[in-house]
Amino acid sequence: MSELTWAAADGYAVARRNLIKIKRVPELLIWILMSPIMFVLLFVYVFGGAIDIPGVSYREWLIAGIFAQTVVFGSTFTGAGLAEDMEKGIIDRFRSLPMSRSAVIVGRTASDIVYNVLSITIMSLTGLLVGWRIHTSVPEAAAGFLLLLAFSYAFSWIMAWVAMKIPSVEVINNASFMVIMPLTFISNAFVPLETFPAPLQVFAEWNPVSSVTQAARDLFGNAPTAESVAQLQASGVDVFTLSDAWSLTHPVAYTLLWIVGILVVFVPLSVRAYRHSATK
Amino acid sequence: MQDVIRATGLVKHYGDVTALDGLDLSVPGGQVLALLGPNGAGKTTAVRILTTLLEPDEGSVEVAGVDVLADPREVRRRIGLSGQYAAVDEHLSGFENLDLIGRLYRMGRHRARERARELLERFDLVEAADRPVKTYSGGMRRRLDLAGALVATPTVLFLDEPTTGLDPRSRSDMWEVIRELVNGGTTLLLTTQYMEEADLLADDIVVIDHGRAIARGTADRLKQQVGGERIELIAEVATDIPVVHELLSRHAVDEVRVDDHRRMLTAAVTGGTVDLRKVLSDVENRGIALSDAGLRRPTLDDVFLTLTGRSTADPTTDDTPTDQPEPRQKETVR
Ligand SMILES: Nc1ncnc2c1ncn2[C@@H]1O[C@H](COP(=O)(O)OP(=O)(O)OP(=O)(O)O)[C@@H](O)[C@H]1O
Ligand SMILES: [Mg+2]
Repeated sequence: MSELTWAAADGYAVARRNLIKIKRVPELLIWILMSPIMFVLLFVYVFGGAIDIPGVSYREWLIAGIFAQTVVFGSTFTGAGLAEDMEKGIIDRFRSLPMSRSAVIVGRTASDIVYNVLSITIMSLTGLLVGWRIHTSVPEAAAGFLLLLAFSYAFSWIMAWVAMKIPSVEVINNASFMVIMPLTFISNAFVPLETFPAPLQVFAEWNPVSSVTQAARDLFGNAPTAESVAQLQASGVDVFTLSDAWSLTHPVAYTLLWIVGILVVFVPLSVRAYRHSATK
Repeated sequence: MQDVIRATGLVKHYGDVTALDGLDLSVPGGQVLALLGPNGAGKTTAVRILTTLLEPDEGSVEVAGVDVLADPREVRRRIGLSGQYAAVDEHLSGFENLDLIGRLYRMGRHRARERARELLERFDLVEAADRPVKTYSGGMRRRLDLAGALVATPTVLFLDEPTTGLDPRSRSDMWEVIRELVNGGTTLLLTTQYMEEADLLADDIVVIDHGRAIARGTADRLKQQVGGERIELIAEVATDIPVVHELLSRHAVDEVRVDDHRRMLTAAVTGGTVDLRKVLSDVENRGIALSDAGLRRPTLDDVFLTLTGRSTADPTTDDTPTDQPEPRQKETVR
């Protein structure tokens, strides 16, 4: 077998081990899966009446935003899991084995895909219960889910790198909250970015969380279209004009660029940080 | 015989702390070397360097004919390590832990499982095989960790304090296992704080302190180095200690050691039984009762005391709980 195949096999072995752990401590998973449900319910019922989206119901519009926010927060799970591994004795076993040096991180980011699939499934079901519907074809919807997963996978690698640099579960949890909270809130995940003050709006437009949300909305058929907005305005309804930033008019391409960019930078960085931390 | 483990001039600093200060080690094939030293002597640091977990600041290391710094991967293929703190996954069962290690040694799924079962059998863990390691006792964890080190049947083995924290029964079981391995031809480097252990298991002993070898040789040679036999007296009441001390010091080669807790006085003598008889009659003349008295050969503890002026840990008073949470033992990442 080639070295790459071996690396994949090692990553698989570690991923399997991580999944066993999730199975052994189901409480952890349950709590983590509860939060997206809570978010769906909170936003739908608390802000649902206060926010108007032209031509689309807020509930339907919101769900993709919650998906995006949840998968981005999910990367904290990756960071915390790796930090825990780095703190525990088991890491010395891994380091003393002739296994691939990338396996610990490859395995963790892979097993967290499973976790993200679970959480997207739970959120979708909750969404369907409160009135969210997909209005597009199956391939389009599937592309939407895949894009969300790919985005979360890329974010996992950022957090993997952070965990290698700061292997402490508490620090990871708090620090990532400080970064991810503004990142997801200064986006169009919960509120239309067209209503933001100018500087925030520019940030939100180019924020990849906005683009992945926009892409998912487009692919699920939950986004207002420029035509429908123009029609409403023509008929005298007072609605905002949609942002025409390239990132939002080509959200899939822009999001893919981010995914590739993040992976190209953070995969080698994380693996190098792992190696480095192993010998100093 | 050719050296299977050889380290020359190892130096390792952690900030201001000098963990290793020019340590040389060599272990011929099939032999057992004990690294003996108190807390903080640098034992773990040395083991971590030898097993590729840590890079030394200076020095060269060769294990099983491979340069550890140049080709750590190849070294990892050939060695087994059981570190100071059991490197097992709490949430996995014993079987799953060993199976995972087998797969990561790239033994293939089938062989990995088979090997896991063999080792569970050998280490008397069959009944607990499917329970999460969380539920294991300290001794069971230790055994599982050692089993983990043996998955790929390495010919060179490193054991960092394999019996620390074990009760006497588990300790002698562990010794038994180690002896079997050595009889099978494994080259072993083990660290310990226990003289008895080094004496019992090792062909050669290196006593280290502050990252430096302060003595080396066979147990017998080290004992010779500190000379004659010891008289050991235990006073029945603590108030008699000063008087016994005074009587004993008349015959002692150098200082009399007093262990207040055990009311025990120890002194090196040159005259053996003659001295002992004299001391005992002196004590009796003063009307002092002893609960125990005897003559013994010097132990490695005496060696350490003579060499450094400090005593080392004493296995008989060690009651470290074994399943306390693992202390953070990883290096800070910069
Ligand atoms: N990661 C680290 N950062 C800073 N200092 C360290 C680190 N690891 C070890 N040291 C220091 O290096 C010295 C040697 O430590 P080492 O762990 O090798 O000792 P040891 O002989 O194994 O002790 P023990 O019997 O307690 O296990 C000690 O002074 C220790 O405090
Ligand atoms: Mg140690």
